[in-house]
Amino acid sequence: MAVAEGGVKPGKASFLYDARIRAIVYQVIMAGAVVMFFAWLTMNTLDNLEQRGIASGFGFLNHPAGFGVPFSLIEYTEASPYRTVFILGVLNTLFVSFVGIILATIVGFTLGVMRLSKNYLISRIAAVYLETFRNIPLLLQILFWYIGVLQLMPQQRSSIIIFDNVFVNNRGIFYPALKAEPGFMAVPIAFLVGIVATFILRGWVKRRRDATGQGFPTVWAGLGLIFGLPIIAALVTGLPWTWSLPRLQGFGFKGGSVIIPEFLALLLALTIYTAAFIGEIVRAGIQAVSHGQTEAAHALGIKPGTTLRLVIIPQAMRIIIPPLISQYLNLVKNSSLAPAIGYPEMTQVWAGTVLNQSGQALECIAMVMGTYCIISLSISGVMNWYNARVALVGR
Amino acid sequence: MSQTDFGETQAVFTPKPDLPPPAITVGIIGWVRGNLLPDWFNGAMTVLALIGLYFVIPPVVNWALLDAHFVGDSRKACKPNVQIVRDQVVTQATMPDGSTMEVTTSADRIVVPEGVVPNVRWERRMVEGVVRGKGREYAKVVVEKDVVIEGACWVFVGVRFDQFIYGFYPKSERWRPTVVIGIGLLMIIYMLTDGLPHRGRVAMFLLIPFPVIAFFMFSGGVMGMPHVDNSKWGGLVLTIIISSVAITGALPLGVALALGRRSQMPIIRWFCIIVIEFFRSVPMITILFMALVVLPLFLPPGTSFDQLLRVLIGVTIFIAAYTAEVVRGGLAALPTGQYEAANALGLGYWKMMRLIILPQALRIMIPAIVSLFIGIFKDTTLVQIVGLNDLLTMVQLAVTDAQWIGLSKEGYFFCGFVFFIFCFSMSRYSMYLERKLHTGH
Repeated sequence: MAVAEGGVKPGKASFLYDARIRAIVYQVIMAGAVVMFFAWLTMNTLDNLEQRGIASGFGFLNHPAGFGVPFSLIEYTEASPYRTVFILGVLNTLFVSFVGIILATIVGFTLGVMRLSKNYLISRIAAVYLETFRNIPLLLQILFWYIGVLQLMPQQRSSIIIFDNVFVNNRGIFYPALKAEPGFMAVPIAFLVGIVATFILRGWVKRRRDATGQGFPTVWAGLGLIFGLPIIAALVTGLPWTWSLPRLQGFGFKGGSVIIPEFLALLLALTIYTAAFIGEIVRAGIQAVSHGQTEAAHALGIKPGTTLRLVIIPQAMRIIIPPLISQYLNLVKNSSLAPAIGYPEMTQVWAGTVLNQSGQALECIAMVMGTYCIISLSISGVMNWYNARVALVGR
Repeated sequence: MSQTDFGETQAVFTPKPDLPPPAITVGIIGWVRGNLLPDWFNGAMTVLALIGLYFVIPPVVNWALLDAHFVGDSRKACKPNVQIVRDQVVTQATMPDGSTMEVTTSADRIVVPEGVVPNVRWERRMVEGVVRGKGREYAKVVVEKDVVIEGACWVFVGVRFDQFIYGFYPKSERWRPTVVIGIGLLMIIYMLTDGLPHRGRVAMFLLIPFPVIAFFMFSGGVMGMPHVDNSKWGGLVLTIIISSVAITGALPLGVALALGRRSQMPIIRWFCIIVIEFFRSVPMITILFMALVVLPLFLPPGTSFDQLLRVLIGVTIFIAAYTAEVVRGGLAALPTGQYEAANALGLGYWKMMRLIILPQALRIMIPAIVSLFIGIFKDTTLVQIVGLNDLLTMVQLAVTDAQWIGLSKEGYFFCGFVFFIFCFSMSRYSMYLERKLHTGH
């Protein structure tokens, strides 16, 4: 609307109604409140610590821990300092999470595909699994496996014996351990070479397929490389290891290695629980790929198996991966339920045992939370990177 | 009327009834062919699945139902009432080095006493065992003996049922939680049923005055109801209390955090982002530990408040971060036209949110909130780690009771069943809502 020359200009609004000034005022109030709140917390905390005579700080990290743990990936004795306990805990968390993630992915993908099977029986079995294990609390599942199953295994003397050399009892699974001899390093090196070679092969196959349309049995060739090379390396170096077999002597087993029941219970429960969620994600992901894609592939004369591998799964992956990674993250966080059964991971040793022994509540909780934050943020970072990459390549 | 009068014939189309489909494509046979044996691969899978089911279902059904004990009021009802005679037999044992030696070992034989109807089944089996051989070595021995087939002892669950539901709440006062939870449930059902009047008011009542009334009902000390200390609250009731308080508190907090995260003001936005991401990246158990050991340090010296309240605060803030992400999703799903229309009408920020945006966004979010609630309901079991007596803890206490030792499976099955019923029905409801919302547009 035109305002006549020299007409009334709209009066300047009171500064109370200026959106920018209001925003600044709100934020100053907010920042002030947050700072005051934290100052209040800090003052209280300092008062409390003084009253209770607790010296804050991380000096306690160098004190000897003085307690034993049933499972460790690193050198650890009771005389080791607290900081070794922390590293041990973090490694155990990562270890159980890593194994759990691999197993849950395998089981979950199998279930997701089974759920979509045209075979009524198979699809129903998968559905019952998914619905049952998703709807029962994880902690209950952990306790069930630990107390209800693994602790009811026979005594050491009446172990269940598998292939004469594996013993299952209420103290865990005892199995032959591999003792490396000189030249053994060739085997893991061959394994790594196999993995790298598979990736190179995959790149070459993709380039050739894009250029000429010719296929290549990448999966079989890859499996052959990854497992074949180490086998060849082992044969060439003359099987450079000896087996240490577990044998019952006196009151316990000597020799071999053991998987402790705490680890097994946690791993089983995490795998079974997370696999149910992954199964749902995989099912939803595959179903989200439009049916026209399948029909188009069939019209082009591509075989059903190849359609699944080259048309459906690559498109489904884009939908599956983000929720899949957040399930991985959940699995890592859920491994913190270990205190219920005493598997020595970060929360159990650090927020449990060490916190109680040293009384350094603030430091212990902060370290545990900080570590989880770092793990979570790194996983989210990977997810964002993947999303960005897929978005770029796909469109 | 005859057509032959015209001297010519006309082909008349008289449709014959369709041939029935081939017998092997319809009925049970057709279904089996189509669904179980479409090709050799699926046929093999079906056979494998059947074998698998054969190994899982009969033992579970036998244990849980056929061989189970249901009636009674003590452990005795589940003990076999037959006599187990321990015979001494001489047999060959195998030493680890492969040599054999003669050993004496015991073999059970079951005898039914006169006039007793056996309450268990048993079978004669070859049982492998280990006996002490020469020195420190153990010899393997195989004996034939009667083995009692184990069945579930549901008597245990029956006897402890009240404790599983109410915890240590005094017996005479148990009507109070029952009434509160019953009324709450009725109001939720009313609120979620389509087409009933005043649903909004019921929701407001449920959100604001009801928790206060519920608290006084639980805690007592007013209107002649004796006080019940909250350390006595427990069982399924406590599970429901914690999860409902958490979601009720987390909703407003989560909405605030989500709005803050979408705000144009950087300080507020960053504050909300940090709070949300922090709580989402740590496991709930660390929050509980924090509520247990660190919260007392944060408060002025001398203030102390009880365990349950601390846990409730921790859980509520934790869930609020997840709620905020759900709300953010709901806000993002609304078309921008809604915001623009509200702005064009001259509505301010709060009016726009209250009247236009949130009512629509919250409706879209209901399925996600139900899923979130399922998650909280399951996660409530973690409070046992900080010493509250929820359903799972009550079961734990019961299975470690000396009188009922060894019945952990029954306890866990019952507990799992209760959680399954709650979570499964909620997830079905959320799926139903999702379908309804989906077709509504």
